[in-house]
Amino acid sequence: MSKLEFGDQYKYWKVDTEKVPAACGLSGVISEDGNRMSGEKIIESMRVIHDRGNGLGGGFAGYGIYPRNAEAYALHIMFEDEAGKAACEAMLADELEVASSEEIPTAPSDAITDPPLLWRYFALPRSEKTKASGLADDDFMVRLVMRINTTVPGTFVFSSGKNMGVFKAVGFAEDVGEFYRLAEYDAYTWIGHGRFPTNTPGWWGGAHPFNILDWAVVHNGEISSYGINKRYLEMFGYECTLLTDTEVMAYLFDLLIRKHDLPLEIACKVLAAPFWKDIDADQDSQEKELYQSLRMVYASALVNGPFAVIVGYSRGMLGLNDRIKLRPLVAATKDDLLYVSSEESAIRQICPRPDRVWAPNAGQPVIGRLKGDV
Amino acid sequence: MGSSAQKKARSVTIDATGQYYREMNTEVRDLARDGCDEIVLDGVNGQRYIADGLTDKVRIVINGVPGNDLGAFMDGPTVIVNDNAQDGVGNTMNSGKIVIRGHAGDVIGYGMRGGKVFVKGNVGYRVGIHMKSYRDQVPIVVAGGRAGDFFGEYMAGGTLVLLGLGEVDGAVAGNYLGTGMHGGTIFVRGEITEHQLGSEVREFPLDDDDRKMLSELLAEFASDVEADLSGVEPDQFKKLQPFSHRPYGNLYCY
Amino acid sequence: MPGNLVTSEFLVNVDHERCRRCKRCILNCGFGVFDFQNMTTADSSKCVACHRCVVFCPEEAITIIRNPLAFRDNPSFDVDKRKAIWKQAQNPGMILTGMGNDLPWLNIFDHLLIDACQVTNPSIDPLREPMELRTFLGRKPDSLKVEDDDGKFKLDTEVGNNIKLDTPIMFSGMSYGSVSLNTHRALAIAAEELGTVMNTGEGGLHRELYPYRDHIIVQCASGRFGVHSEYLNAGVAVEIKVGQGAKPGIGGHLPGEKIGREVSSTRMIPQGTDALSPAPHHDIYSIEDLRQLIYALKEATGYKPISVKIATVHNVAAIASGIARAGADIIYLDGFRGGTGAAPAVIRDHVGIPLEIALAVVDKQLRSEGIRNWVSIIAAGGIRSSADVVKAIALGADAVGIGTAALVAMGCRICQKCYTGNCSWGIATQRPELTGRLDPDWGAERLINLVNSWSLEVKEVLGALGVNAVESLRGNRERLRALGLDESTMDILDVKPAGR
Repeated sequence: MSKLEFGDQYKYWKVDTEKVPAACGLSGVISEDGNRMSGEKIIESMRVIHDRGNGLGGGFAGYGIYPRNAEAYALHIMFEDEAGKAACEAMLADELEVASSEEIPTAPSDAITDPPLLWRYFALPRSEKTKASGLADDDFMVRLVMRINTTVPGTFVFSSGKNMGVFKAVGFAEDVGEFYRLAEYDAYTWIGHGRFPTNTPGWWGGAHPFNILDWAVVHNGEISSYGINKRYLEMFGYECTLLTDTEVMAYLFDLLIRKHDLPLEIACKVLAAPFWKDIDADQDSQEKELYQSLRMVYASALVNGPFAVIVGYSRGMLGLNDRIKLRPLVAATKDDLLYVSSEESAIRQICPRPDRVWAPNAGQPVIGRLKGDV
Repeated sequence: MGSSAQKKARSVTIDATGQYYREMNTEVRDLARDGCDEIVLDGVNGQRYIADGLTDKVRIVINGVPGNDLGAFMDGPTVIVNDNAQDGVGNTMNSGKIVIRGHAGDVIGYGMRGGKVFVKGNVGYRVGIHMKSYRDQVPIVVAGGRAGDFFGEYMAGGTLVLLGLGEVDGAVAGNYLGTGMHGGTIFVRGEITEHQLGSEVREFPLDDDDRKMLSELLAEFASDVEADLSGVEPDQFKKLQPFSHRPYGNLYCY
Repeated sequence: MPGNLVTSEFLVNVDHERCRRCKRCILNCGFGVFDFQNMTTADSSKCVACHRCVVFCPEEAITIIRNPLAFRDNPSFDVDKRKAIWKQAQNPGMILTGMGNDLPWLNIFDHLLIDACQVTNPSIDPLREPMELRTFLGRKPDSLKVEDDDGKFKLDTEVGNNIKLDTPIMFSGMSYGSVSLNTHRALAIAAEELGTVMNTGEGGLHRELYPYRDHIIVQCASGRFGVHSEYLNAGVAVEIKVGQGAKPGIGGHLPGEKIGREVSSTRMIPQGTDALSPAPHHDIYSIEDLRQLIYALKEATGYKPISVKIATVHNVAAIASGIARAGADIIYLDGFRGGTGAAPAVIRDHVGIPLEIALAVVDKQLRSEGIRNWVSIIAAGGIRSSADVVKAIALGADAVGIGTAALVAMGCRICQKCYTGNCSWGIATQRPELTGRLDPDWGAERLINLVNSWSLEVKEVLGALGVNAVESLRGNRERLRALGLDESTMDILDVKPAGR
């Protein structure tokens, strides 16, 4: 049963059947030493690039924010109403051992109006369920999240990773950050996003970051290959229901890295593939064969169109541009901190004197990795 | 015999920390129209559209990182930035000078028709796209470091100079150098391979006019961006020009 | 082997008994069809059926017929498709063409009928009663605050810059370079007289036309030709040309032959060089970049209204919403039937969607988001008559733009050879011996006659509709009915079938 059938009844799902381009502002920071930072920093950074968004979507993801529940999946779920919540909780109880649940703390805000019910659940899959399905925990959770998002009316799981969380809403990024009281969370990685969507306002789920497990993606651009990327992913059981093209980015990272075990840098070479002109001219025959094979096998995973993305995951953060760099992306470092953003001013607001500032090349990822345990 | 009262150069400093661009630009515009000679903007970080469309003979000094589209459609002023700049510097600029004492971002000098943009450090992608010259208006962009892909794309006139100084890891320029070029000249100091060049572009030998022009231009550049260019000689530059002024002559069937 | 396998499309016949050998045909033909060897001779292979010779022959001695050469019928591989292949096999390249889409795609305007009042509601007589066509283009606030100052009311909200039109018909952008300076002069003179506006197109504005600034929209296209601070301030609004209905997604190319001294100085490029407009604006790769350019232009012009011209493509509704939210005051929708001086035929004929659909979905999208008043919508691309004007307004347009119709009024026969620069009517050419033929005052008079005639007809229809102000028709789909359209098209247009 497709979510689209519930469309008009639920104000959070004003669906038109067109995909929605994601134009916007991005910022991200990671402490490779694992030092925690308050969410205040990322909010300040997003405030400077306020004009890249139009107030119809903003969001953040923080990593390392739930140290006391680090082993459980932290599900952030938004509900249209109590009925949806009840239906969803019944399903959760059935499939998962829910250790605790609570409302996500928010601050009243003039700028963020008409919020849905916002809850979080710390849970693990029931062992008898995973045994019966034959799936590993992560796959089990992906399937459950897909199922909830496509079949339970008025419900949307917007974060499903461990010891991390996505916080998003309709509003300017800095207002969303204050609404969710992010200054009270401490994370070693923060990514932020301010959106300039062109769909009907009121779709909280359409804001970025987009998440599956511990992947959080913020995206600036429009994926002109969306139609085929979507069909490719559907072959592997990913349901692209959210009508935002960022969805395919997150699923592609999950597929290539978690399922196919490709190294991060190679996954980036699939999404932002080198040109044939350059592959042909490559003197290193091993590399040449590798890139040629990647393009042959993963042709439908090539992401075309302008994009700049920042991706957060449990052990790091990466920034990546499309292969002809049609969207801006700037990086900077200071001590163990790596910053990536759409504009240098967003970085300089929170890091006035970086050690180094540079612009990454097209298709070349900027990667920050945690050095030790956190 | 009388004494002509020398008009004292009028300089105004504005603390623009946290100021929204609209307010700040209105102040700048009013001061410029009023005949102010120099406007210093302190604490700038990310404010957009500074000096856009300004035609007054004014000098604007920016302390901080200006936002996008600095000096777009500008026609006359001099802008000095004592930090890095972002994207869109000198967009469709007609005359004047912009000096960046740091790096600059993407799409510098798009559609520029005159004036000069000097960047001390690196520049990003798509620098000098569709620059055009007209009569005695020759737009010039000089970058001290390296540039990304599509340098001089679609160029129709003007001069682009790339020095390759500083930490240049990898090539001094990216791919698709001068792709679609049909006018103007690019001077690159550093290694470039044929693989990087657009199909309309070829290397030509330097002549004495080029050497003279480069010497003078580089001296002006070094002074403005406050860089030491000892060791940089005109003969180290490669000259790139289109070898056809009608690159699209064979595209159509009638 | 034979070179040219393509046979003449038209045959030119001179009746030598009537011909008085005045040689006017030789003088008038821009394509070199005629010559004189003891008698007037014609090379039919060059004829484009522009009828200049026919109109100017004092003896009506010339006829032009379609070459009756028989081809075996094949509705799939029709003759034009065969000819295109012969041409390309001989001269490799993209087939170029001019003016608008000439394939028999469904014309939705021709399947919409207009209502009239009867019995239950009186129609209005436009000859005797006031009928208002005045239109304002630009952003309007959501509401107004009015203060009561001791019994006297005072407006307390600033409305912002708008363009005033005396009739909802304006002239679409056609670049000086693709059309002659006399064409631009005629359009400017007519726009001023009619109380409407013309658009410079992407070739800049000739200095001589600066006095008409209150009736000109200056265009900032991807090539930025002739764009400088003074130019930006020489019109009532600035239009960012993102796309064009005739050639969505691609750029433009004015060959060096058409860049003479005046075109060169207006576009500010050297004579004889090609004027290449890149496909995208290289500073607009995403919606927030458009917003950036819109505000850069606003800052550079003291906040004049900014229009954004787009070609109608599949997701035009979402794009339009983005444009409105990016700060534009006007959105110009150019349908797939829009004209051009030159475009590859494959793009002109197969890319884009109909204006009627785009208009309906954009209007609906903006209304559903509650932001319809943020922008005015101009509809263009194959507006052929006052009936089309009325229907476009009913579907949601604030005003319509005419390009092809304006040129036809000045003599154009739509022979589709604009790209050759040999226009015998002196319109789409820069050859001085041809451009001199179009007298700007004569051209202006014909444009004024056309627009006044259509305005009269629009008033007549409004009267029949029982409406005496054009804003009551705007977006009023209820006054249209569809005849012979399928279910989903009617649904998308939000127009009921006749009978309901």
